[in-house]
Amino acid sequence: MDELLHYEDFSEGQEIALGPYAVSAEEIVAFANEFDPQRFHLDEAAGKASILGGLAASGWHSCAMLMRMMADAYLGHAAGLGSSGLDEVKWLKPVLAGETLAGKMIVLSKRVSAKRPEMGILKCRWELFNERGEKKLEQTGVNFIRVRTPC
Amino acid sequence: MLGLHLDEIEIGLAVELGAYEFTRDNVLAFARQFDPQPFHVDDEAAARGPFGKLAASGWHTAAGWMKCYVASNAAAEAALKARGKAPVPLGPSPGFTNLKWLKPVFPGDTVRYRSSVTGTRQLASRPGWGMVMSLNEGFNQHGELVFSFEGKVLTAMRR
Repeated sequence: MDELLHYEDFSEGQEIALGPYAVSAEEIVAFANEFDPQRFHLDEAAGKASILGGLAASGWHSCAMLMRMMADAYLGHAAGLGSSGLDEVKWLKPVLAGETLAGKMIVLSKRVSAKRPEMGILKCRWELFNERGEKKLEQTGVNFIRVRTPC
Repeated sequence: MLGLHLDEIEIGLAVELGAYEFTRDNVLAFARQFDPQPFHVDDEAAARGPFGKLAASGWHTAAGWMKCYVASNAAAEAALKARGKAPVPLGPSPGFTNLKWLKPVFPGDTVRYRSSVTGTRQLASRPGWGMVMSLNEGFNQHGELVFSFEGKVLTAMRR
């Protein structure tokens, strides 16, 4: 179906699978070189010696990976209108090179903007786990999605 | 944090972290890799989209903050080293709250970032360490607040 997803296509309690996303050492180092050049994000030995326990992705990189999974799972084929932000991001455990992340988006609630009847607001929680089921990242925030038929 | 121990950091301390320039090339490269929504990667779709033209991914705006923050910390560490003082370890962050993308950031914009300490507390669970809470903001070249979040980072205490 070519039709873009709109606000009406999402329902409270709905879950959408995210991932899988293979986290490579090369990608961790490339992101860190550009945006977060701390030693434990750049060098395996430094990562192992740190509290992170291995070559670990920048927390902002793990957020960017989640964004990519969201785009692939639903936002890339939705009538998206962006986002005003996030209530909370929890970096629960380090995301390490060689891990594969997957998880889900859960629609907590939905409403149409009072000021902009063409804009729907999805309040969501996003969770990512590694292949051993350890939760790595949790976010709560909003996605704005166009209403197909505004009242 | 910024070459300071937990017990040297005062509430209200504000630090200019520097600026990050958003170019068409780096906006497209970031969005193609991490946030390929039409209004971040396609001019025509962006013209019909929520921002009226191609805009940077919000995560790119956030990553620009981190780049400036890490550079500021590195400069503070180098200054300590030059004075023969030991570096202050910067600990990991458990996450953050209230991240706001207040206005779109466009190719050609330069965002200047700032961090202000809003609180500190010692950690009973980790002697010798504490948490620094901060309000972090990004302003574009017109002085408009485009980005903010409330951060937390583990910081060592003076021995």
